[in-house]
Amino acid sequence: MSVLLIAEHNNKNLKPFTLNAITAASKIDSEVHVLVAGSGSESVAKEAAAVPLVKKVLHCDSPNYQNYLPENLAPLVTKHSEKYDHIVASANTFGKNFMPRVAAALDTSQVSDVIKVKSPDTFVRPIYAGNAFATVKSNDKKRCVTIRPTSFEPAPKTGGSAQIDKVDAADIPNFSKFIKREETKSERPELGTARIVVSGGRGLESGENFKLINDIADKLNAAVGASRAAVDAGYISNDHQVGQTGKVVVPDLYIAVGISGAIQHLAGMKESKIIVAINKDGEAPIFSIADYGLEADLFKALPEFLSELNKLNTIQK
Amino acid sequence: MKILVAVKRVIDYNVQIRVKEDGSGVHTDNVKMSTNPPDDNATEESVKLKESGKVKEIVAVTIGDDKAQETVRKALAVGADRGIHVKSDTYIEPLGIAKILKKVVEKEKPDMVFLGKQAIDDDCNQTGQMLAAMLNWPQATFSSKVTLKDKSMEIVREIDEGLETVEVNLPAVVTCDLRLNEPRYASLPNIMKAKKKPIDQMIAKDLGVDITNRVQQLKVEEPPKRKAGIKVANVAELVSKLKNEAKVI
Repeated sequence: MSVLLIAEHNNKNLKPFTLNAITAASKIDSEVHVLVAGSGSESVAKEAAAVPLVKKVLHCDSPNYQNYLPENLAPLVTKHSEKYDHIVASANTFGKNFMPRVAAALDTSQVSDVIKVKSPDTFVRPIYAGNAFATVKSNDKKRCVTIRPTSFEPAPKTGGSAQIDKVDAADIPNFSKFIKREETKSERPELGTARIVVSGGRGLESGENFKLINDIADKLNAAVGASRAAVDAGYISNDHQVGQTGKVVVPDLYIAVGISGAIQHLAGMKESKIIVAINKDGEAPIFSIADYGLEADLFKALPEFLSELNKLNTIQK
Repeated sequence: MKILVAVKRVIDYNVQIRVKEDGSGVHTDNVKMSTNPPDDNATEESVKLKESGKVKEIVAVTIGDDKAQETVRKALAVGADRGIHVKSDTYIEPLGIAKILKKVVEKEKPDMVFLGKQAIDDDCNQTGQMLAAMLNWPQATFSSKVTLKDKSMEIVREIDEGLETVEVNLPAVVTCDLRLNEPRYASLPNIMKAKKKPIDQMIAKDLGVDITNRVQQLKVEEPPKRKAGIKVANVAELVSKLKNEAKVI
Protein backbone atom coordinates (compact mmCIF):
# COMPACT_ATOMS: atom_id res chain seq x y z
CA MET A 1 0.00 0.00 0.00
CA SER A 2 1.66 3.19 -1.10
CA VAL A 3 0.85 6.38 -2.94
CA LEU A 4 2.57 7.83 -5.98
CA LEU A 5 2.16 11.60 -6.04
CA ILE A 6 2.99 13.48 -9.21
CA ALA A 7 4.84 16.70 -8.41
CA GLU A 8 3.97 19.94 -10.14
CA HIS A 9 6.96 22.24 -10.59
CA ASN A 10 8.69 24.61 -13.01
CA ASN A 11 11.92 22.57 -13.27
CA LYS A 12 13.47 24.73 -10.53
CA ASN A 13 11.01 24.67 -7.65
CA LEU A 14 8.01 22.67 -6.52
CA LYS A 15 4.76 24.51 -7.13
CA PRO A 16 3.16 25.31 -3.73
CA PHE A 17 0.07 23.14 -4.39
CA THR A 18 2.28 20.05 -4.54
CA LEU A 19 2.69 20.44 -0.77
CA ASN A 20 -1.08 20.45 -0.29
CA ALA A 21 -1.32 17.36 -2.48
CA ILE A 22 1.36 15.65 -0.36
CA THR A 23 -0.76 16.27 2.74
CA ALA A 24 -3.78 14.73 1.00
CA ALA A 25 -1.71 11.76 -0.20
CA SER A 26 -0.44 11.16 3.33
CA LYS A 27 -4.05 10.86 4.51
CA ILE A 28 -4.53 7.99 2.06
CA ASP A 29 -1.37 6.17 3.12
CA SER A 30 1.75 7.17 5.00
CA GLU A 31 4.04 5.66 2.35
CA VAL A 32 4.08 8.67 0.00
CA HIS A 33 6.44 8.57 -2.97
CA VAL A 34 6.80 11.57 -5.23
CA LEU A 35 7.49 11.41 -8.96
CA VAL A 36 9.42 14.40 -10.24
CA ALA A 37 9.43 14.38 -14.04
CA GLY A 38 11.19 17.33 -15.59
CA SER A 39 14.19 18.64 -17.44
CA GLY A 40 17.16 19.98 -15.47
CA SER A 41 14.99 19.40 -12.44
CA GLU A 42 17.55 18.19 -9.84
CA SER A 43 16.68 21.03 -7.46
CA VAL A 44 13.01 19.98 -7.56
CA ALA A 45 13.85 16.38 -6.65
CA LYS A 46 15.94 17.64 -3.72
CA GLU A 47 13.16 19.94 -2.59
CA ALA A 48 10.65 17.06 -2.68
CA ALA A 49 13.05 14.82 -0.75
CA ALA A 50 13.26 17.41 2.02
CA VAL A 51 9.52 17.25 2.69
CA PRO A 52 9.21 15.11 5.86
CA LEU A 53 6.00 13.35 4.71
CA VAL A 54 7.77 12.07 1.57
CA LYS A 55 9.36 8.62 1.89
CA LYS A 56 10.94 8.35 -1.53
CA VAL A 57 11.43 10.48 -4.64
CA LEU A 58 11.38 9.00 -8.14
CA HIS A 59 13.23 11.36 -10.42
CA CYS A 60 13.08 11.21 -14.20
CA ASP A 61 14.97 13.91 -16.03
CA SER A 62 14.54 14.28 -19.78
CA PRO A 63 13.82 17.14 -22.20
CA ASN A 64 10.61 15.24 -23.02
CA TYR A 65 9.20 16.23 -19.62
CA GLN A 66 10.22 19.88 -19.62
CA ASN A 67 6.72 21.19 -20.31
CA TYR A 68 4.75 18.26 -18.87
CA LEU A 69 2.85 17.58 -22.06
CA PRO A 70 0.19 15.07 -20.99
CA GLU A 71 0.92 12.85 -24.00
CA ASN A 72 4.48 12.42 -22.68
CA LEU A 73 3.86 12.52 -18.94
CA ALA A 74 0.98 10.03 -18.76
CA PRO A 75 2.98 7.08 -20.20
CA LEU A 76 5.76 7.78 -17.67
CA VAL A 77 3.32 7.78 -14.76
CA THR A 78 1.67 4.63 -16.08
CA LYS A 79 5.05 2.92 -16.45
CA HIS A 80 5.95 3.56 -12.81
CA SER A 81 2.47 2.98 -11.37
CA GLU A 82 2.77 -0.78 -10.96
CA LYS A 83 3.79 -0.86 -7.29
CA TYR A 84 1.25 1.70 -6.18
CA ASP A 85 -2.38 1.49 -5.12
CA HIS A 86 -2.99 5.19 -5.56
CA ILE A 87 -1.80 7.73 -8.07
CA VAL A 88 -2.43 11.27 -6.82
CA ALA A 89 -2.08 14.78 -8.25
CA SER A 90 -3.57 18.23 -7.68
CA ALA A 91 -6.93 18.93 -9.31
CA ASN A 92 -5.65 22.04 -11.07
CA THR A 93 -4.96 22.48 -14.77
CA PHE A 94 -1.76 20.43 -14.30
CA GLY A 95 -3.38 17.33 -12.74
CA LYS A 96 -6.64 17.59 -14.67
CA ASN A 97 -4.73 17.49 -17.93
CA PHE A 98 -2.75 14.27 -17.56
CA MET A 99 -4.41 12.18 -14.84
CA PRO A 100 -7.41 10.94 -16.89
CA ARG A 101 -4.93 9.67 -19.51
CA VAL A 102 -3.26 7.61 -16.78
CA ALA A 103 -6.62 6.36 -15.49
CA ALA A 104 -7.69 5.33 -19.00
CA ALA A 105 -4.42 3.50 -19.58
CA LEU A 106 -4.88 1.61 -16.29
CA ASP A 107 -8.62 1.07 -16.95
CA THR A 108 -9.51 2.68 -13.66
CA SER A 109 -12.24 5.18 -12.89
CA GLN A 110 -10.70 8.42 -11.65
CA VAL A 111 -11.99 10.21 -8.56
CA SER A 112 -11.67 13.94 -9.29
CA ASP A 113 -11.33 16.97 -7.06
CA VAL A 114 -11.34 15.28 -3.65
CA ILE A 115 -11.88 17.63 -0.70
CA LYS A 116 -11.74 14.99 2.05
CA VAL A 117 -10.10 11.59 2.40
CA LYS A 118 -12.35 9.37 4.55
CA SER A 119 -10.40 6.15 3.99
CA PRO A 120 -8.08 4.82 1.29
CA ASP A 121 -11.10 4.00 -0.89
CA THR A 122 -13.68 6.56 0.23
CA PHE A 123 -13.57 10.25 -0.59
CA VAL A 124 -15.74 13.36 -0.47
CA ARG A 125 -15.90 15.49 -3.61
CA PRO A 126 -18.01 18.47 -4.61
CA ILE A 127 -20.49 18.09 -7.46
CA TYR A 128 -22.72 20.68 -9.13
CA ALA A 129 -20.04 23.34 -8.60
CA GLY A 130 -19.94 22.70 -4.87
CA ASN A 131 -23.70 22.91 -4.39
CA ALA A 132 -23.64 19.30 -3.18
CA PHE A 133 -21.00 17.04 -1.67
CA ALA A 134 -20.82 13.41 -2.78
CA THR A 135 -19.21 10.68 -0.69
CA VAL A 136 -17.88 8.09 -3.12
CA LYS A 137 -16.19 4.71 -2.77
CA SER A 138 -13.81 3.55 -5.44
CA ASN A 139 -13.98 -0.19 -6.13
CA ASP A 140 -10.98 -0.17 -8.46
CA LYS A 141 -7.82 -1.93 -7.34
CA LYS A 142 -5.65 0.92 -8.49
CA ARG A 143 -7.05 4.37 -7.89
CA CYS A 144 -6.33 7.61 -9.68
CA VAL A 145 -7.26 10.54 -7.48
CA THR A 146 -6.98 14.28 -7.97
CA ILE A 147 -7.29 16.45 -4.89
CA ARG A 148 -8.46 20.03 -4.50
CA PRO A 149 -5.33 21.69 -3.10
CA THR A 150 -7.11 24.40 -1.11
CA SER A 151 -8.94 21.76 0.94
CA PHE A 152 -5.68 20.50 2.47
CA GLU A 153 -2.97 22.33 4.40
CA PRO A 154 0.45 22.51 2.75
CA ALA A 155 2.91 19.94 4.14
CA PRO A 156 5.95 21.25 6.05
CA LYS A 157 8.80 21.77 3.57
CA THR A 158 11.95 20.94 5.46
CA GLY A 159 13.46 18.37 7.79
CA GLY A 160 13.09 15.26 5.65
CA SER A 161 15.76 13.41 3.70
CA ALA A 162 14.05 10.91 1.45
CA GLN A 163 16.02 8.76 -0.93
CA ILE A 164 16.06 9.95 -4.56
CA ASP A 165 15.88 7.15 -7.14
CA LYS A 166 16.60 7.92 -10.78
CA VAL A 167 13.94 6.19 -12.89
CA ASP A 168 13.73 5.40 -16.59
CA ALA A 169 11.87 7.58 -19.04
CA ALA A 170 9.00 6.16 -21.10
CA ASP A 171 8.58 6.20 -24.85
CA ILE A 172 6.87 9.31 -26.10
CA PRO A 173 4.27 9.35 -28.88
CA ASN A 174 5.67 12.46 -30.63
CA PHE A 175 2.34 13.84 -31.75
CA SER A 176 2.13 17.00 -29.67
CA LYS A 177 4.42 19.95 -29.29
CA PHE A 178 4.75 22.66 -26.68
CA ILE A 179 5.02 26.10 -28.26
CA LYS A 180 4.87 28.72 -25.52
CA ARG A 181 3.52 29.67 -22.14
CA GLU A 182 2.49 33.21 -21.30
CA GLU A 183 2.33 33.53 -17.56
CA THR A 184 0.22 36.31 -16.17
CA LYS A 185 2.67 38.57 -14.38
CA SER A 186 1.56 40.21 -11.19
CA GLU A 187 3.17 41.80 -8.17
CA ARG A 188 0.26 40.58 -6.10
CA PRO A 189 -0.22 37.10 -4.60
CA GLU A 190 -1.66 34.40 -6.85
CA LEU A 191 -5.45 34.31 -6.78
CA GLY A 192 -5.64 30.60 -5.98
CA THR A 193 -3.38 30.79 -2.92
CA ALA A 194 -3.79 34.33 -1.57
CA ARG A 195 -4.75 34.77 2.08
CA ILE A 196 -7.01 37.67 1.16
CA VAL A 197 -8.95 38.20 -2.08
CA VAL A 198 -10.67 41.45 -3.05
CA SER A 199 -13.09 40.97 -5.94
CA GLY A 200 -15.03 43.40 -8.06
CA GLY A 201 -18.21 42.87 -10.04
CA ARG A 202 -20.33 44.70 -12.56
CA GLY A 203 -20.99 47.35 -9.90
CA LEU A 204 -17.53 48.74 -10.64
CA GLU A 205 -18.97 50.04 -13.94
CA SER A 206 -15.62 50.22 -15.75
CA GLY A 207 -12.11 48.82 -15.98
CA GLU A 208 -10.63 52.10 -14.73
CA ASN A 209 -12.67 51.84 -11.55
CA PHE A 210 -10.92 48.57 -10.71
CA LYS A 211 -8.18 50.89 -9.41
CA LEU A 212 -10.34 51.22 -6.30
CA ILE A 213 -10.15 47.41 -5.87
CA ASN A 214 -6.42 47.33 -6.67
CA ASP A 215 -5.63 49.99 -4.07
CA ILE A 216 -7.36 47.99 -1.32
CA ALA A 217 -5.69 44.78 -2.54
CA ASP A 218 -2.24 46.41 -2.40
CA LYS A 219 -2.87 47.67 1.09
CA LEU A 220 -3.93 44.20 2.29
CA ASN A 221 -1.39 42.26 0.20
CA ALA A 222 -4.39 40.58 -1.42
CA ALA A 223 -5.10 39.04 -4.81
CA VAL A 224 -7.63 40.68 -7.10
CA GLY A 225 -10.64 38.67 -8.23
CA ALA A 226 -13.68 39.40 -10.34
CA SER A 227 -17.12 38.07 -11.11
CA ARG A 228 -17.89 36.62 -14.51
CA ALA A 229 -20.07 39.65 -15.21
CA ALA A 230 -17.08 41.98 -14.74
CA VAL A 231 -14.90 39.78 -16.94
CA ASP A 232 -17.57 39.52 -19.64
CA ALA A 233 -17.98 43.28 -19.57
CA GLY A 234 -14.26 43.57 -20.30
CA TYR A 235 -13.35 45.35 -17.04
CA ILE A 236 -10.61 42.85 -16.21
CA SER A 237 -8.92 39.82 -17.79
CA ASN A 238 -10.46 36.39 -17.33
CA ASP A 239 -7.60 34.96 -15.25
CA HIS A 240 -9.11 36.98 -12.38
CA GLN A 241 -12.47 35.24 -12.62
CA VAL A 242 -13.74 33.56 -9.48
CA GLY A 243 -16.60 31.11 -9.83
CA GLN A 244 -17.89 27.87 -11.24
CA THR A 245 -16.21 28.50 -14.57
CA GLY A 246 -13.27 30.43 -13.13
CA LYS A 247 -11.12 29.77 -10.09
CA VAL A 248 -12.29 28.33 -6.81
CA VAL A 249 -10.73 30.25 -3.94
CA VAL A 250 -10.72 29.60 -0.20
CA PRO A 251 -8.98 32.61 1.38
CA ASP A 252 -9.14 33.67 5.04
CA LEU A 253 -10.89 36.84 3.88
CA TYR A 254 -12.94 37.38 0.72
CA ILE A 255 -14.21 40.87 0.01
CA ALA A 256 -16.90 41.01 -2.68
CA VAL A 257 -17.49 44.51 -4.00
CA GLY A 258 -20.33 45.34 -6.37
CA ILE A 259 -21.00 41.63 -6.85
CA SER A 260 -24.64 40.57 -6.60
CA GLY A 261 -23.83 36.92 -5.90
CA ALA A 262 -24.93 34.77 -8.84
CA ILE A 263 -24.89 31.01 -8.15
CA GLN A 264 -21.96 30.70 -10.52
CA HIS A 265 -19.87 33.20 -8.51
CA LEU A 266 -20.83 31.81 -5.08
CA ALA A 267 -19.61 28.39 -6.19
CA GLY A 268 -16.10 29.79 -6.44
CA MET A 269 -15.83 31.57 -3.08
CA LYS A 270 -18.41 30.42 -0.56
CA GLU A 271 -15.95 28.23 1.33
CA SER A 272 -13.89 31.32 2.23
CA LYS A 273 -13.38 31.67 5.99
CA ILE A 274 -14.70 35.24 6.29
CA ILE A 275 -16.81 36.87 3.58
CA VAL A 276 -17.43 40.60 3.32
CA ALA A 277 -19.98 42.02 0.89
CA ILE A 278 -20.17 45.65 -0.13
CA ASN A 279 -23.17 46.37 -2.32
CA LYS A 280 -25.69 49.17 -2.67
CA ASP A 281 -28.54 46.70 -3.23
CA GLY A 282 -29.52 45.47 0.22
CA GLU A 283 -31.40 42.55 -1.34
CA ALA A 284 -28.39 41.21 -3.26
CA PRO A 285 -27.97 37.43 -2.71
CA ILE A 286 -24.32 37.93 -1.73
CA PHE A 287 -25.53 39.27 1.65
CA SER A 288 -27.09 35.90 2.50
CA ILE A 289 -23.66 34.29 2.74
CA ALA A 290 -21.62 37.26 3.95
CA ASP A 291 -20.31 37.36 7.51
CA TYR A 292 -20.18 41.14 7.31
CA GLY A 293 -22.41 43.02 4.90
CA LEU A 294 -22.15 46.72 4.16
CA GLU A 295 -25.03 48.23 2.23
CA ALA A 296 -23.34 51.20 0.62
CA ASP A 297 -22.30 52.88 -2.61
CA LEU A 298 -18.94 51.28 -3.38
CA PHE A 299 -17.60 54.51 -4.89
CA LYS A 300 -17.91 56.11 -1.45
CA ALA A 301 -17.18 53.03 0.63
CA LEU A 302 -13.92 51.93 -1.02
CA PRO A 303 -12.02 55.21 -0.54
CA GLU A 304 -13.27 55.27 3.06
CA PHE A 305 -12.18 51.66 3.48
CA LEU A 306 -8.69 52.56 2.27
CA SER A 307 -8.42 55.51 4.61
CA GLU A 308 -9.62 53.39 7.56
CA LEU A 309 -7.00 50.77 6.68
CA ASN A 310 -4.37 53.51 6.55
CA LYS A 311 -5.27 54.44 10.12
CA LEU A 312 -4.41 50.96 11.41
CA ASN A 313 -1.04 50.57 13.05
CA THR A 314 -0.49 47.08 11.74
CA ILE A 315 -1.97 44.93 9.00
CA GLN A 316 -1.37 41.18 8.93
CA LYS A 317 0.65 40.05 5.94
CA MET B 1 -12.32 16.92 -42.67
CA LYS B 2 -14.86 15.62 -40.24
CA ILE B 3 -15.65 16.52 -36.64
CA LEU B 4 -17.40 14.48 -34.00
CA VAL B 5 -18.85 16.70 -31.27
CA ALA B 6 -20.01 15.16 -28.00
CA VAL B 7 -22.82 16.84 -26.07
CA LYS B 8 -24.33 16.04 -22.66
CA ARG B 9 -27.71 16.86 -21.15
CA VAL B 10 -27.39 18.34 -17.66
CA ILE B 11 -29.41 20.38 -15.19
CA ASP B 12 -29.46 23.96 -16.51
CA TYR B 13 -26.68 26.09 -15.08
CA ASN B 14 -29.12 28.67 -13.72
CA VAL B 15 -31.04 26.15 -11.62
CA GLN B 16 -30.33 26.05 -7.91
CA ILE B 17 -30.01 22.32 -7.40
CA ARG B 18 -31.75 20.58 -4.49
CA VAL B 19 -30.29 17.60 -2.69
CA LYS B 20 -32.71 14.72 -2.02
CA GLU B 21 -33.55 14.16 1.63
CA ASP B 22 -32.52 10.50 1.47
CA GLY B 23 -29.02 11.40 0.27
CA SER B 24 -29.37 9.44 -2.97
CA GLY B 25 -28.68 12.36 -5.30
CA VAL B 26 -30.24 15.62 -6.43
CA HIS B 27 -33.78 16.30 -7.62
CA THR B 28 -34.10 16.11 -11.40
CA ASP B 29 -37.89 15.80 -11.79
CA ASN B 30 -39.47 18.90 -13.36
CA VAL B 31 -36.08 20.61 -13.38
CA LYS B 32 -34.99 22.57 -16.44
CA MET B 33 -32.37 20.65 -18.41
CA SER B 34 -30.00 22.02 -21.05
CA THR B 35 -26.89 21.17 -22.96
CA ASN B 36 -23.77 21.32 -20.77
CA PRO B 37 -22.52 24.91 -21.39
CA PRO B 38 -18.97 24.17 -22.66
CA ASP B 39 -20.46 21.52 -24.98
CA ASP B 40 -22.26 24.40 -26.71
CA ASN B 41 -18.83 25.98 -27.24
CA ALA B 42 -17.63 22.70 -28.74
CA THR B 43 -20.56 22.67 -31.18
CA GLU B 44 -20.07 26.34 -32.02
CA GLU B 45 -16.38 25.87 -32.80
CA SER B 46 -17.17 22.89 -35.02
CA VAL B 47 -19.72 24.93 -36.93
CA LYS B 48 -17.25 27.81 -37.33
CA LEU B 49 -14.66 25.41 -38.74
CA LYS B 50 -17.25 24.09 -41.17
CA GLU B 51 -18.16 27.63 -42.22
CA SER B 52 -14.47 28.32 -42.88
CA GLY B 53 -14.61 25.56 -45.50
CA LYS B 54 -12.04 23.28 -43.88
CA VAL B 55 -14.55 20.89 -42.40
CA LYS B 56 -17.10 19.03 -44.50
CA GLU B 57 -19.20 17.22 -41.92
CA ILE B 58 -20.15 17.53 -38.26
CA VAL B 59 -21.64 14.59 -36.39
CA ALA B 60 -23.13 15.31 -32.94
CA VAL B 61 -23.28 12.47 -30.42
CA THR B 62 -24.89 12.16 -27.02
CA ILE B 63 -25.15 9.34 -24.52
CA GLY B 64 -28.18 9.15 -22.26
CA ASP B 65 -31.89 8.43 -22.02
CA ASP B 66 -34.42 9.34 -24.71
CA LYS B 67 -34.58 12.98 -23.62
CA ALA B 68 -30.84 13.35 -24.22
CA GLN B 69 -31.75 13.49 -27.91
CA GLU B 70 -32.77 17.11 -27.27
CA THR B 71 -29.09 18.04 -26.97
CA VAL B 72 -28.35 16.43 -30.34
CA ARG B 73 -31.32 18.26 -31.89
CA LYS B 74 -29.94 21.52 -30.54
CA ALA B 75 -26.53 20.80 -32.10
CA LEU B 76 -28.27 19.94 -35.38
CA ALA B 77 -30.19 23.22 -35.20
CA VAL B 78 -27.00 25.28 -34.98
CA GLY B 79 -25.22 23.46 -37.78
CA ALA B 80 -24.32 19.82 -37.12
CA ASP B 81 -25.22 17.59 -40.09
CA ARG B 82 -26.41 14.46 -38.40
CA GLY B 83 -26.70 12.94 -34.97
CA ILE B 84 -26.02 9.80 -32.99
CA HIS B 85 -27.85 8.90 -29.82
CA VAL B 86 -26.30 6.17 -27.71
CA LYS B 87 -29.12 5.12 -25.44
CA SER B 88 -28.55 4.39 -21.79
CA ASP B 89 -31.10 4.82 -19.02
CA THR B 90 -28.52 4.65 -16.26
CA TYR B 91 -25.62 6.88 -15.24
CA ILE B 92 -22.31 5.95 -16.85
CA GLU B 93 -18.98 7.18 -15.47
CA PRO B 94 -16.54 9.14 -17.66
CA LEU B 95 -14.44 5.97 -18.13
CA GLY B 96 -17.44 4.16 -19.64
CA ILE B 97 -18.49 7.21 -21.64
CA ALA B 98 -14.98 7.44 -23.12
CA LYS B 99 -15.14 3.74 -24.09
CA ILE B 100 -18.47 4.29 -25.84
CA LEU B 101 -17.17 7.39 -27.63
CA LYS B 102 -14.13 5.40 -28.76
CA LYS B 103 -16.52 2.92 -30.44
CA VAL B 104 -18.30 5.81 -32.14
CA VAL B 105 -14.95 7.28 -33.29
CA GLU B 106 -13.90 3.92 -34.74
CA LYS B 107 -17.12 3.83 -36.74
CA GLU B 108 -17.20 7.46 -37.84
CA LYS B 109 -13.45 8.05 -38.25
CA PRO B 110 -13.47 11.80 -37.56
CA ASP B 111 -10.31 13.94 -37.77
CA MET B 112 -11.19 15.74 -34.56
CA VAL B 113 -13.41 15.17 -31.54
CA PHE B 114 -14.69 18.27 -29.77
CA LEU B 115 -16.13 18.14 -26.25
CA GLY B 116 -16.75 20.56 -23.39
CA LYS B 117 -13.91 20.75 -20.88
CA GLN B 118 -16.12 19.52 -18.06
CA ALA B 119 -19.74 18.67 -17.34
CA ILE B 120 -21.34 20.94 -14.78
CA ASP B 121 -23.19 18.10 -13.04
CA ASP B 122 -20.58 15.57 -11.93
CA ASP B 123 -17.68 18.02 -12.49
CA CYS B 124 -15.30 15.17 -13.33
CA ASN B 125 -13.24 16.75 -16.14
CA GLN B 126 -12.08 13.39 -17.49
CA THR B 127 -13.95 12.25 -20.60
CA GLY B 128 -11.96 14.05 -23.32
CA GLN B 129 -8.59 13.14 -21.88
CA MET B 130 -9.62 9.50 -21.37
CA LEU B 131 -10.93 9.26 -24.91
CA ALA B 132 -7.68 10.71 -26.28
CA ALA B 133 -5.64 8.20 -24.28
CA MET B 134 -7.79 5.26 -25.40
CA LEU B 135 -7.45 6.29 -29.05
CA ASN B 136 -3.75 7.07 -28.57
CA TRP B 137 -4.41 10.58 -29.87
CA PRO B 138 -3.04 13.90 -28.62
CA GLN B 139 -5.32 16.25 -26.72
CA ALA B 140 -5.81 19.94 -26.13
CA THR B 141 -7.77 20.67 -22.98
CA PHE B 142 -9.26 23.99 -21.78
CA SER B 143 -8.96 25.34 -25.33
CA SER B 144 -9.67 29.03 -25.81
CA LYS B 145 -8.37 29.42 -29.38
CA VAL B 146 -8.24 26.85 -32.15
CA THR B 147 -6.32 27.29 -35.40
CA LEU B 148 -6.76 24.42 -37.84
CA LYS B 149 -3.85 23.66 -40.14
CA ASP B 150 -3.48 20.93 -42.78
CA LYS B 151 -2.36 18.12 -40.51
CA SER B 152 -2.40 19.69 -37.09
CA MET B 153 -4.05 22.25 -34.84
CA GLU B 154 -2.47 25.07 -32.92
CA ILE B 155 -4.35 25.59 -29.70
CA VAL B 156 -4.23 28.19 -26.95
CA ARG B 157 -5.11 26.64 -23.60
CA GLU B 158 -6.25 28.33 -20.42
CA ILE B 159 -4.01 27.16 -17.60
CA ASP B 160 -3.71 28.33 -13.99
CA GLU B 161 -0.60 30.39 -14.73
CA GLY B 162 -2.04 32.10 -17.82
CA LEU B 163 -2.09 30.82 -21.38
CA GLU B 164 -0.26 27.95 -23.05
CA THR B 165 0.06 27.28 -26.76
CA VAL B 166 0.49 23.73 -28.07
CA GLU B 167 0.41 22.10 -31.47
CA VAL B 168 -1.25 18.70 -31.78
CA ASN B 169 -1.21 16.44 -34.81
CA LEU B 170 -4.50 15.25 -36.26
CA PRO B 171 -6.47 13.28 -35.36
CA ALA B 172 -6.89 14.92 -31.95
CA VAL B 173 -9.30 15.51 -29.09
CA VAL B 174 -10.15 19.10 -28.15
CA THR B 175 -11.91 20.05 -24.92
CA CYS B 176 -13.43 23.49 -25.01
CA ASP B 177 -13.36 26.33 -22.52
CA LEU B 178 -16.22 28.80 -22.22
CA ARG B 179 -13.98 31.54 -23.63
CA LEU B 180 -13.41 29.75 -26.92
CA ASN B 181 -16.37 31.45 -28.60
CA GLU B 182 -19.88 32.79 -28.15
CA PRO B 183 -22.37 30.01 -28.95
CA ARG B 184 -25.07 31.15 -31.37
CA TYR B 185 -28.79 30.70 -30.92
CA ALA B 186 -30.64 28.47 -33.33
CA SER B 187 -33.05 30.33 -35.60
CA LEU B 188 -36.60 29.05 -35.89
CA PRO B 189 -36.17 27.91 -39.53
CA ASN B 190 -33.03 26.03 -38.54
CA ILE B 191 -34.81 24.40 -35.61
CA MET B 192 -37.48 23.23 -38.08
CA LYS B 193 -34.83 21.97 -40.51
CA ALA B 194 -33.02 20.15 -37.71
CA LYS B 195 -36.12 18.03 -37.14
CA LYS B 196 -35.53 16.45 -40.54
CA LYS B 197 -31.85 15.69 -39.96
CA PRO B 198 -31.17 12.03 -39.16
CA ILE B 199 -30.28 10.74 -35.67
CA ASP B 200 -28.94 7.20 -35.58
CA GLN B 201 -29.58 5.25 -32.44
CA MET B 202 -27.29 2.77 -30.73
CA ILE B 203 -27.73 0.96 -27.42
CA ALA B 204 -24.89 1.51 -24.96
CA LYS B 205 -24.87 -1.97 -23.49
CA ASP B 206 -24.79 -3.59 -26.93
CA LEU B 207 -21.50 -1.95 -27.92
CA GLY B 208 -19.33 -4.64 -26.38
CA VAL B 209 -17.49 -2.41 -23.92
CA ASP B 210 -17.32 -2.71 -20.14
CA ILE B 211 -19.30 0.24 -18.82
CA THR B 212 -19.79 -1.04 -15.27
CA ASN B 213 -19.40 1.81 -12.80
CA ARG B 214 -16.38 1.43 -10.54
CA VAL B 215 -17.08 4.33 -8.23
CA GLN B 216 -20.03 3.92 -5.93
CA GLN B 217 -21.90 6.99 -4.77
CA LEU B 218 -22.56 6.39 -1.08
CA LYS B 219 -24.21 9.66 -0.17
CA VAL B 220 -25.00 13.11 -1.54
CA GLU B 221 -25.50 15.89 0.97
CA GLU B 222 -25.79 19.64 1.12
CA PRO B 223 -22.57 21.47 1.85
CA PRO B 224 -22.39 22.93 5.35
CA LYS B 225 -24.44 26.11 5.50
CA ARG B 226 -22.77 29.37 6.43
CA LYS B 227 -24.14 30.90 9.58
CA ALA B 228 -26.07 34.09 9.01
CA GLY B 229 -23.84 37.13 9.14
CA ILE B 230 -24.53 40.68 10.23
CA LYS B 231 -24.89 43.98 8.46
CA VAL B 232 -22.52 46.69 9.58
CA ALA B 233 -23.54 50.34 9.67
CA ASN B 234 -20.45 51.88 8.13
CA VAL B 235 -16.91 51.34 6.90
CA ALA B 236 -15.31 52.11 10.29
CA GLU B 237 -17.39 49.36 11.94
CA LEU B 238 -16.47 46.95 9.15
CA VAL B 239 -12.74 47.54 9.57
CA SER B 240 -13.05 47.27 13.34
CA LYS B 241 -14.90 43.92 13.05
CA LEU B 242 -12.32 42.54 10.61
CA LYS B 243 -9.47 43.65 12.87
CA ASN B 244 -10.82 42.80 16.32
CA GLU B 245 -13.57 40.19 15.88
CA ALA B 246 -12.61 38.13 12.81
CA LYS B 247 -8.91 38.95 13.26
CA VAL B 248 -8.18 38.60 9.56
CA ILE B 249 -6.44 41.92 8.86
